[in-house]
Amino acid sequence: MSDIKSDASNGAGSAGESVDKGQQLTQFQLVWRRFRRHRAAMFSLVVLVALTLFAFALPLVWPYDHGVYREIAGNQSPSWQHPFGTTNQGQDVFAQTMRGAQQSLKVALTVSVMATGFGALWGAIAGYHRGRIDAVMMRVTEIFLIIPLLVAVAALGGNLTGGTTWYAVALIIGLFSWASIARLVRGSVLSLREQEFIEAARASGASASWIILRHLLPNAAGPIIVAATLLIAIAVQVEAALSFLGFGIQPPDISLGKMVEGARTAAFTRPWLFYPPGLIIVAICLAINFIGDGLRDALDPRQTISRR
Amino acid sequence: MLVYTARRIAVAIPTLVAASVLVFLMVDVIGDPLADLRSMQPAPDPATIAAAEERLYLDRSIPERYWLWLTGLGGNGDIGILQGQFGPSVRGGNYVIGAELWAGLHVSVRLVSAAVLLALGLAIISGVISAMRQYSKLDYTLTFVGFLALAMPTFWLGALIREGGLWINRTTDSTFFYTIGANSARVDDMTGWQYFLDSSGHLILPTLTLMLTSYASWSRYQRTSMLEVLNSDYVRLARSKGVRYRTVVRRHALRTALIPLVSVTTVAVAGIIDGVVIIETVFQWRGLGYFFIEALTHKDSFAIMAWLMLSGFFVIICTLIADLLYGVLDPRIRYE
Repeated sequence: MSDIKSDASNGAGSAGESVDKGQQLTQFQLVWRRFRRHRAAMFSLVVLVALTLFAFALPLVWPYDHGVYREIAGNQSPSWQHPFGTTNQGQDVFAQTMRGAQQSLKVALTVSVMATGFGALWGAIAGYHRGRIDAVMMRVTEIFLIIPLLVAVAALGGNLTGGTTWYAVALIIGLFSWASIARLVRGSVLSLREQEFIEAARASGASASWIILRHLLPNAAGPIIVAATLLIAIAVQVEAALSFLGFGIQPPDISLGKMVEGARTAAFTRPWLFYPPGLIIVAICLAINFIGDGLRDALDPRQTISRR
Repeated sequence: MLVYTARRIAVAIPTLVAASVLVFLMVDVIGDPLADLRSMQPAPDPATIAAAEERLYLDRSIPERYWLWLTGLGGNGDIGILQGQFGPSVRGGNYVIGAELWAGLHVSVRLVSAAVLLALGLAIISGVISAMRQYSKLDYTLTFVGFLALAMPTFWLGALIREGGLWINRTTDSTFFYTIGANSARVDDMTGWQYFLDSSGHLILPTLTLMLTSYASWSRYQRTSMLEVLNSDYVRLARSKGVRYRTVVRRHALRTALIPLVSVTTVAVAGIIDGVVIIETVFQWRGLGYFFIEALTHKDSFAIMAWLMLSGFFVIICTLIADLLYGVLDPRIRYE
């Protein structure tokens, strides 16, 4: 993600001219060029960057944070000072929303990185070795898959005594979401390992770990990146649902799910409490899904560049 | 087929046992059902705690407790999953976990069956239409609706639908939609027909929520696989022989295009279970979801484990059924 974003700044000006050079494009430039043709994905990328700024940069200059302030009058309608109104206890809902979005993104990114890293490695090892090792390793993933994600996470989160912080939530969600990635990676590694370049690597004496890390995983990178992106959306949803049920991030800290829980009967009476947290989740997930779609098209070498 | 089924069941059993170990580690070993009792002020009598520990088998070692939970050998007769006993509840002897689970199941099945049937039907129809008219206005609309429903958190969508129902009730000044519970408070003096109407009325909004969340992802799968099939050679052949488009879609393409949908069963069932927990919370149903949330708030280890095992069991059974369905849909697959 960050690579692509950093590419956005220097690639935007030069990509137009470099089209003519054709073959001299690096892999990233190629992917980026295909990605840019996907209008919904580009728009989503802009939205996601805006949301990230909203969650991480705006709190630095906003006068309030998510806590209770004595000078904030409770239960106010939206105003310039408090764009999303205030809660009964005297919290600025705008600041709460920023904090919630921040928590969501932090949890989701951590989950995605952890679960994808571990899952990809697990799947690649199982797929490369096949046979007995594969059977045992895949049976383990199956066990993690048969217990529904939210339920498993709630059982673990609700069972922990004491407050649950964002990284604990991320750790728990990650613990139960690596299995699907492992399965996916194993699938592509199973077909990759039969190809000639792997045989060549093996013939020239490369070790198993070298082949897995330097040959198999980079070649399976396309689907892995797409899955990691979509996992961000899933993690955002699970974290919010967990907090909604009361087993996620605990007060005095705030999360988007907790905010919806507090305002769930206010959709028509005080909509400014109900809609912002929900719409932020919708916006994050929509953006991520479209970006995933765009990445899938951009990373698939069989795609013709003219589509969309 | 029979041999295959038997072999699949034989494979499923160790998976369930392994899952039980995971569940046990996750719930029983990490959690402490008596945490609330221990932290009470003033501190309760040590004898009370000791008695509670003995009743909940907390005085035994971890491996011993696992064996006891699984088989019930050496217990007081209230434990042992293999004997159909789920263990004592921290909420006292009157709360029998098995009976409560069974009661909750009856309530939740109503919600799930209606929603799954509707979502499946809608997803197949709209997926097929989307694929047949690829890149048309209708396709873009359906795709966007799918994406939107996929991005909406279930609890938020549920709360929105619930408040919408309440708003309609208020503006029309009548009880058009029921928003609390699976039935009205008093059902004793109702006739069978009235009871049916009452339950159906309570079903509408929660079913709509669960249906939308499942529909979203399924219709996407259906569209993708239908597109793939419609662009395949055998469909083109059928068309070039002069078979009508509708007939090709119905008789040749659809059956093949259903196969990928079957392959996501495991994920779909897990998603439905997650959805039930959230939707029952939003609409205050007293089904399986309520059971789970209550068990978690009370840190009722045996109840949580019973629930997790039940959901794992459902997922495994549904996956098994899906695997058998493969053979029905795809004649190339042979079970030997």
